[in-house]
Amino acid sequence: MTLGTWLALALAVVLAAECVRALRQRGLRQERWRRFFRHRTTSWGLGILVFLALVAVAAPLIAPFDPNRQLDIVYLKNHPPSWTFLLGTDVLSRDVWSRAVYGARVSLGIGALGALMAVSLGTLVGAIAGYYQRWVDAVLMRGVDVGLALPRIFILLMAVALWDGLPFAALVIAIGLTSWFGTSRLVRAEVMSLREQDFVVAARALGAQTGRIIFRHVLPNAAAPIIVSAALGVGNVLLLEASLSFLGIGIKPPDPTWGNMIADNAPSIYTAPWSTVVPGLAISLVVMSLNAVADGVQDALDPREREPA
Amino acid sequence: MTTPPAPNGAVLLRVRDLKTYFVTEQGKGTARAVDDVSFDLYAGETLGIVGESGCGKTVTSLSILRLIPEPPGHILPGSLIEFDGNNLLALPLPQLRAVRGNQIAMIFQEPMTSLNPVFTVGDQIAEAAIIHQHLSRGAARARAIEMLRLVGIPDPDERVDHYPHQLSGGMRQRVMIAMALVCHPKVLIADEPTTALDVTIQAQILELLDRLQRELGMAVLLITHDLGVVAGHADRVVVMYAGRVVETAPTDALFARPMHPYTEGLLAAVPRIDAPRSRLHAIPGQVPAATAWPTGCRFHPRCPYAWEKCAAQEPPLLETGVAGHTARCWLVTEPERRQAKR
Amino acid sequence: MTTPTPVPSPQPLGPLVEVRDLVKHYAGERRWFGLGRAQADVRAVDGVSFAISGGKTLGLVGESGSGKTTVGRTMLRLQEPTSGSMLFDGNEVFALDSGALRALRRRMQIVFQDPYSSLNPRMTVEETLREPLEIHGLNGAVPALLDEVGLDAAFAKRYPHELSGGQRQRVGIARALSVEPQFIVCDEPVSALDVSVQAQVLNLLADLQTKRRLTYLFIAHDLAVVRHIADDVAVMYLGKIVERAPAAEIYAQPRHPYTTALLSAVPAPHPRASKQRIVLSGDIPSPAHPPSGCPFHPRCPHPKKSERCRTDPPPLRPITPGHLAACHYAEDPM
Repeated sequence: MTLGTWLALALAVVLAAECVRALRQRGLRQERWRRFFRHRTTSWGLGILVFLALVAVAAPLIAPFDPNRQLDIVYLKNHPPSWTFLLGTDVLSRDVWSRAVYGARVSLGIGALGALMAVSLGTLVGAIAGYYQRWVDAVLMRGVDVGLALPRIFILLMAVALWDGLPFAALVIAIGLTSWFGTSRLVRAEVMSLREQDFVVAARALGAQTGRIIFRHVLPNAAAPIIVSAALGVGNVLLLEASLSFLGIGIKPPDPTWGNMIADNAPSIYTAPWSTVVPGLAISLVVMSLNAVADGVQDALDPREREPA
Repeated sequence: MTTPPAPNGAVLLRVRDLKTYFVTEQGKGTARAVDDVSFDLYAGETLGIVGESGCGKTVTSLSILRLIPEPPGHILPGSLIEFDGNNLLALPLPQLRAVRGNQIAMIFQEPMTSLNPVFTVGDQIAEAAIIHQHLSRGAARARAIEMLRLVGIPDPDERVDHYPHQLSGGMRQRVMIAMALVCHPKVLIADEPTTALDVTIQAQILELLDRLQRELGMAVLLITHDLGVVAGHADRVVVMYAGRVVETAPTDALFARPMHPYTEGLLAAVPRIDAPRSRLHAIPGQVPAATAWPTGCRFHPRCPYAWEKCAAQEPPLLETGVAGHTARCWLVTEPERRQAKR
Repeated sequence: MTTPTPVPSPQPLGPLVEVRDLVKHYAGERRWFGLGRAQADVRAVDGVSFAISGGKTLGLVGESGSGKTTVGRTMLRLQEPTSGSMLFDGNEVFALDSGALRALRRRMQIVFQDPYSSLNPRMTVEETLREPLEIHGLNGAVPALLDEVGLDAAFAKRYPHELSGGQRQRVGIARALSVEPQFIVCDEPVSALDVSVQAQVLNLLADLQTKRRLTYLFIAHDLAVVRHIADDVAVMYLGKIVERAPAAEIYAQPRHPYTTALLSAVPAPHPRASKQRIVLSGDIPSPAHPPSGCPFHPRCPHPKKSERCRTDPPPLRPITPGHLAACHYAEDPM
């Protein structure tokens, strides 16, 4: 690690902390933000996510080594953490820290985009099924049932076999297309109950068109399960990506992802644990932080209405 | 039932200086839901507690059996609830449990959420008998059937095995009454027992409560927002506003000559069948928040008679000269001020 | 996206609102994945007819299962009726296509019972009131609307959970008024409010009726409340109207035993009043299994109740001019 990279890292930490503090200041004035930050863990979760996002974006500045560069396969293979190699080296003598930093780009990218796609699709299908009901609902939900029954890994294996390896975009799409079924169920349930609420009926009585009703009245009030779905979804996608890499069908080597780092270094887990523990911890950290933030978002969006005693 | 019990009737339940406060979300202060409430309940009588939302009547009833969730609520020390020689607020939990459901029972407003949907009604009624009277299952079931008959449910030997969702609203409320009365309590607290029911069913339930009270000789604390219910079924009335008692009187006296302007306003605001079509008299303004009661008399911002003294100094409960009739209003001592300004 | 203002006819030739033989049945559930025999239909509204003249209020009274709320919603086609006709200013509402219906919706509005679910919790008061103006391309002003329902302009930026029940109800009324309707279905608008707030809102509704020449269908379960606002009253039981008359008459001389029982069941705030109470026995039957003959006969306390009541459903017929009742013994009320 050079001075420059240390500075960049420190800067990322400081920026993340500042960002959280600035948002907390907002909490003093706006009740929603105050509710968001009610729990300590939410602040930490948000801070960690911001930090990781900054690290991913500024990877070239923070990572001291080229992630794919094999430094010295004879002497630096599986080197334990030291001041030069912050988190040690892996089985192919690449710097684990640098790989983790660059890996963040891919993993967070797949996680965010894949989850975004899955949640969007799930919300759309769930909202349509929940709002229109009857045969539309029946057809869509039977489709969802089929989707839930299909084993995802096998479908992805098939996709890889057919396309001889998947580039980043294709992987995102494949994951997105196979992960939306659970969300659609949740959204459908929420939409079905919201549909009968008086304020939705009022909108119909006022002459509002269906599109306006769904996007302005129903979906904003269904936000809670959607957001939670999204947060859990990112975690699931990350783990899915890790599984795929483990099976050798994820992002092509030598580009690092947290998943394929675990896969590559699994054989040396007892002799050089750092090379697997670091990406594993990174995934866990992201999932936990996302859950904490999702908690906060739920709190922020759902004011507890105090009815008269 | 319209004559108040003789003053030498025994006092069953004595509430003195009850204060129940709630902590609210940061920055909003403490909600002083019940703020120094005192009243007596005599044996064999029905005492009506009347008030609108936010006056503290439900919190009062829950405080008697210490059913207030401890955070965010708490009953302040210095409050006294005396029953059968004991201060209920100081009783250790095992002894309090022996009182709950056994000597003091409670029925609630929403029969659907107060009954457990996964147990039969027979099981739920029998539960109280098993806990307090240590009856065997068989004996408790027989007791349950007996109670169902007592509350007027047809075919009780069949109904005892039904689940709450198989019964109508009125039936469920009867089941709740049966559950409450299984151990022949001395006091029944009825918290808005008919509010969620249809009018014709409401009449049935109120008639049932009257009959049971006479047969079992118990005292009833009837909490409601409906002045009509109180007029027809209570011997004495306590009117609550803003966490305090503002008027206490025998029913006849209260309706004949209400002393507190809030009671007056409430009576004028109730729609009547026998009145010709007219504009209703509405009390201006709205009930203040429990976190910020007005200074002085809590009703003064909405009172048509208020003058400077009312804003400066809160009146105590003053005797009006009529037996058992007190009111928290300066008009009692200065009746010449009773000229509406608004 | 401006909708041309539908101009009401200058000289209404008949009543503004006329409902004829309105029927709404909900199909009974089928077990076995929709392939088994259907269970009994729920006859929520079973042939209801009435008319309301411009500027007047019809009070529609009934308990659970009477179908009164369903009548209100089907009239506005918020639920599709099974059969019948609804004439609004001469237009057959049930035959309109969605475009024409949307245009007509401006003239017929609804105010709901539950102040806690009738406003979108994610929209401020201002957004809620602005929406109908946007939908129909109107030039209303939100502060003027708030003022009209007695709310301070500062309420515009608030969210529903910051308002009390009475204030929310006023916002609901303002929303209905924003499109300048002629007819408003008030679906139990004060049932969920405290007594003093109830009085305020009732007075507001009465004032608005005079000021804007509105016509109301006032749905309620409380005969006392209806007394203060209705010109005519119709009493419903199990999906049918059992009595209909001008308000003064129905309170002075009810002709159907159910009306008499309802009137006596209302707890009056007068200690002596309870002595004459008629207490009906039994529960309100479910609309899925209505009794044979007269639907009220199992609970009817009329001394002349006979076998005929059990077998022969009484038609809704005029007893005295303008006063209809569905009882074989209506000439001989209790």
